[in-house]
Amino acid sequence: MSTPKSKIEAELLKRILVLDGAMGTMLQQYNFSEEDFRGERFKDYPSPLQGNNDLLSLTQPKAIAEVHAKYFEAGADIVETNTFSGTTIAMADYDMEDLVYELNFESAKIAKEVADKFTKANPEQPRFVAGSIGPTNKTASLSPDVNRPEYRAITFNELRIAYKLQVEALIDGGVDVLLVETIFDTLNAKAALFAIEEVKEERNITIPIMVSGTITDASGRTLSGQTVEAFLTSISHIPLLSVGFNCALGAQQLKPYLQRLSNETELYTSAHPNAGLPNAFGEYDESPKQMQQYIEDYLKDGLINIIGGCCGTSPEHINAIAEVSANYKPRLN
Amino acid sequence: MAESDCKKYLTLSGLEPLIVTPESNFINVGERTNVTGSRKFLRLIKEDKYDEALEVARNQVDGGAQILDVNMDEGMLDGVYAMTTFLNLIASEPDISRIPLMIDSSKWEIIEAGLQVAQGKCVVNSISLKEGETEFKRQAKLVKRYGAAVIVMASDETGQADNYDRRIEICKRSYDILINEVNFPPQDIIFDPNIFPVATGMDEHRRNALDFFEATKWIRENLPYANVSGGVSNVSFSFRGNNIVREAMHSSFLYHAIKNGMNMGIVNPTMLEVYDEIDENLLECVEDVLFDRRDDATERLLDYAEAVKGQKKEQENIIQEWRSDPLQDRITYALVKGIDAFIIEDVEEARLASDRPIHVIESHLMIGMNVVGDLFGSGKMFLPQVVKSARVMKKAVAHLQPFIEAEKDGKQEFAGRILMATVKGDVHDIGKNIVSVVLGCNNYEIIDLGVMVPPEKIIETAKKENVDIIGLSGLITPSLDEMVYVSKALEKEQLDIPLIIGGATTSRAHSAVKIAPHYSNTVVHINDASRAVTVVGNLLKNDNRIYKNQIREEYDLFREQFMKRGRKKEYLTIEDARKNKFQIDWKTSEIIKPKTLGIQILEDFDITKLEDYIDWSPFFRSWDLHGKYPDILKDTIVGEQASDLFSDAQILLKRIFDEKLLKAKAIFGLFEANTVNDDDIEISSVSSSTVENEEETYKFLTLRQQSKKSEGKPNIALADFISPKASGKQDHMGCFCVSTGFGTQELAAQFEANHDDYNSIMIKALADRLAEAFAEYLHKEVRTKHWNYAKNENLSNQELIRESYKGIRPAPGYPACPDHLEKNTIWKLLNVEENIGVQLTDSLAMWPAASVSGYYFGNPEARYFGLGKITDDQIKDYSTRRDISIEEAEKWLNPNIAH
Repeated sequence: MSTPKSKIEAELLKRILVLDGAMGTMLQQYNFSEEDFRGERFKDYPSPLQGNNDLLSLTQPKAIAEVHAKYFEAGADIVETNTFSGTTIAMADYDMEDLVYELNFESAKIAKEVADKFTKANPEQPRFVAGSIGPTNKTASLSPDVNRPEYRAITFNELRIAYKLQVEALIDGGVDVLLVETIFDTLNAKAALFAIEEVKEERNITIPIMVSGTITDASGRTLSGQTVEAFLTSISHIPLLSVGFNCALGAQQLKPYLQRLSNETELYTSAHPNAGLPNAFGEYDESPKQMQQYIEDYLKDGLINIIGGCCGTSPEHINAIAEVSANYKPRLN
Repeated sequence: MAESDCKKYLTLSGLEPLIVTPESNFINVGERTNVTGSRKFLRLIKEDKYDEALEVARNQVDGGAQILDVNMDEGMLDGVYAMTTFLNLIASEPDISRIPLMIDSSKWEIIEAGLQVAQGKCVVNSISLKEGETEFKRQAKLVKRYGAAVIVMASDETGQADNYDRRIEICKRSYDILINEVNFPPQDIIFDPNIFPVATGMDEHRRNALDFFEATKWIRENLPYANVSGGVSNVSFSFRGNNIVREAMHSSFLYHAIKNGMNMGIVNPTMLEVYDEIDENLLECVEDVLFDRRDDATERLLDYAEAVKGQKKEQENIIQEWRSDPLQDRITYALVKGIDAFIIEDVEEARLASDRPIHVIESHLMIGMNVVGDLFGSGKMFLPQVVKSARVMKKAVAHLQPFIEAEKDGKQEFAGRILMATVKGDVHDIGKNIVSVVLGCNNYEIIDLGVMVPPEKIIETAKKENVDIIGLSGLITPSLDEMVYVSKALEKEQLDIPLIIGGATTSRAHSAVKIAPHYSNTVVHINDASRAVTVVGNLLKNDNRIYKNQIREEYDLFREQFMKRGRKKEYLTIEDARKNKFQIDWKTSEIIKPKTLGIQILEDFDITKLEDYIDWSPFFRSWDLHGKYPDILKDTIVGEQASDLFSDAQILLKRIFDEKLLKAKAIFGLFEANTVNDDDIEISSVSSSTVENEEETYKFLTLRQQSKKSEGKPNIALADFISPKASGKQDHMGCFCVSTGFGTQELAAQFEANHDDYNSIMIKALADRLAEAFAEYLHKEVRTKHWNYAKNENLSNQELIRESYKGIRPAPGYPACPDHLEKNTIWKLLNVEENIGVQLTDSLAMWPAASVSGYYFGNPEARYFGLGKITDDQIKDYSTRRDISIEEAEKWLNPNIAH
């Protein structure tokens, strides 16, 4: 093993790192109203804003900081910024394209401040912030119109430009690592990675990159149809810190794909599965204990370097995951 | 991280990976999708016939291409547009896009356009030092950033490498720049050291093949991890028109190039002879040329070529195997595979064979779409494939449309108008679009309001456009609540329009529990597009009452059951449940002593007597035809099929009766009985003519409902219908087993031997119906004669089906008594196997299958109920009563245990 290129890699050599859980589930507990989402600043904004969770970094920053703190308290080593939809493409739904830089910058700052506080309190366990880069709500390799299979709602260049803005703001806000996640369509991810490379080159910096794809269902493929191995091949041209899977499946259903990924890659591996599969009401009801057991199966088989939770997971889940992860050695890659 | 050498293989991807290892031998690149190499492909692209162009690509993949080369370099074409369009189309064809692409152009802008639409790891074909180092490096850096491998041509500022030294010089220089200055992964470099024609008659071309072989060898030995590729057909350029010679040249060249290390190449597989099958003389001539072995090598090959000219090689058109399958199989195959090349001819064939063009949609096409739906549902097909299937469907329907319209006197008449919307707050519409397409294919007019549609707009449009059905879709969780809100809003506006619900997080449970109760009209959940047509068809037919009631009943029942098993369900302890048992006032309750106690056997029963007792509705259900008999025979959609089926059933039934093909046997017993310890029923068997053992006691163990009931509702067990021993009143009960299955197996086997699966299934379905009829008949005989507690009963068969009779005959394994182990007790008590020959399997199924067994309860207050979930304390109590381990009890009762 070569010398670590970053602080986070130095930690990865020592132990399994724990990623945080769902942001959305936590924010639901605040029951924010349309007014709360708007705050003072967007009181008269012309479009409805309720549901724009990323905006809460500006209008309810305390709540966002609180959620980060809860996850750190639960034992997370890395929290994700509240920027899953922080691109001009996703923000177009709310006519908030112009706010994208600010949203990402502030979100990164909030998370970084909380992380630094925790690191200071316990320097033995340094905490990190991952800049969350979501898939956007458009796909570059699938047509939304069945009658025009050649049509695309978004182009590579549009994605690249949107991602670039998000990446710049996240880096300016102080994130330690970039996390391109919930990849339904590999082409979107490739545009994000392209943008990151451009920023790195222009600024002459390096920053660790995590990539996390999404296996949508029992077919074992991404939404855009790629197998685990094809997905891995398609994103391997960029130097990455880790590769993994998140969302769509629970820890139990994800395991076979994680196993295949772990066999194939020399990168660090990550997983942040959902709290089980949604029940009939769309709720995720796998208990922390249950999830802990499934995660322990990963650990026993040495599949994982970074582990956390996605939809439906809470600080209790992360606590359970952190607890069991501490008993195992990280995966050897 | 240290990258180990073993991983340094060229790895590419489409939807699936392609790893080029030393064991891969040779990677075959499909070359027909190249406008410079295929006149046909050029014409298709020029004429905008992309559908047919895709077939060219598909044939390449079917023919074994492992990488697909796409080239759009032609002066009259907008190359960027053509490349983008064609690659986008390929992306929606999973059986093509599973292999990696080779983006082939001499123009950088076309290459870049291709790279921007490919999700997999492609090969760029090609870059070179032709325009200098700066441009070479710029392009290489971008290729790397887009995540592609690259073919490097052996060319530089001064031109193409045309001899051995120039080849290795340029390749070495290119390699060093790529590795040292661009940091390009060496395994992602593929050299093309120029395959040039031989036997041209010009001396400077004599070493062309040989130089290529030697340069290849040098590259593989001196430039670590780099690969070698080439366009093989160039070598035989001077023999155009003489396929026999060309194919031999290609094979031989390839054979030797591979031996020297070429591991990838563009070869037309149909222009390739098997090396070992090349005529010996021809091979010698060819190899003399390739290796420049004789001064007269070219002349000798030309002479040979002249001699074989005209011998047309039989170019057998390889007709794809599936094209010779039966019509329905072809249509299904085309839908499943998303191939539209033959769909029109197949649909036309189907149309000519059908009474009405619409039948082709309702039958042939829907059968195929149902297969698609099933495969999708079980994760064996994924989304893009389904979308493709919908397109083939659309094409088929488009062909039928004029015929359908002609039938309607030329008027465009839609079967119904359907509003489709993705609800507010949700932007996902792929599923909704699929449903729209499939419905559109079936002659419904679709008004698609798009995504994030607020309820007001749905209501406004529904009113204004007078729609027949509203379809709501959503993928994310909050959409579920939004759908509830929409249904309430529709109700408030008193819109009387059926609602269909679909989308990834929706479920039948959610629709039944959270939406249906708020809406007076029908709410149906559709889990996949292919089912949408059936549902919509049923909702819009003239007499839709039965269907709507059926859905409503189904959902009510589902809701009830769902609520019962809901996880927030509360349970009583078994003690408390017993305290809340079903109360019968034993002082006043009417207890009638059976006229005849003991066991009776009916052997060689006249099976024709059962005809009037048959409940036909489940028979149709077993054939997936839904509706109540006899109305189903006149149903507009399935009526014809149902009638056909019914008349076939009548024919077989008549044979069964006339030829006595099936034997019916029954046994039943009526006994003295009392409840003991709340939930057990003690039976005293009395001696009868057939059972000699006197006064042996048996116990039926019943299970008690434990879910917490609303005030005044009891927690029932079957034991509640029998008087307790402590009451001092002697009560009675019975049990029975009937079978009409004797002979079924043999008959089914006979039919199967004659390849008559239809009648093989039919005989089983009929035997089942007869067994049920027998149980009904016997119950009536018991009520009115043997027990005689209802001697004046006069019920029609319909009333019997509705269970209007007094007393019940619950069967072990069914909702009131899910415990199959009870069958053992019945078998012992009645000595069933010895008396009538019906056996119990290890899992306590009855054999022959067309058998029914159960109990008789005669109390007027006895009624059917469902046990629902029970908790661990009852399991424990039960295991003690049954004298089995808790584990075994759990095994048998598992579906009923609350977790």
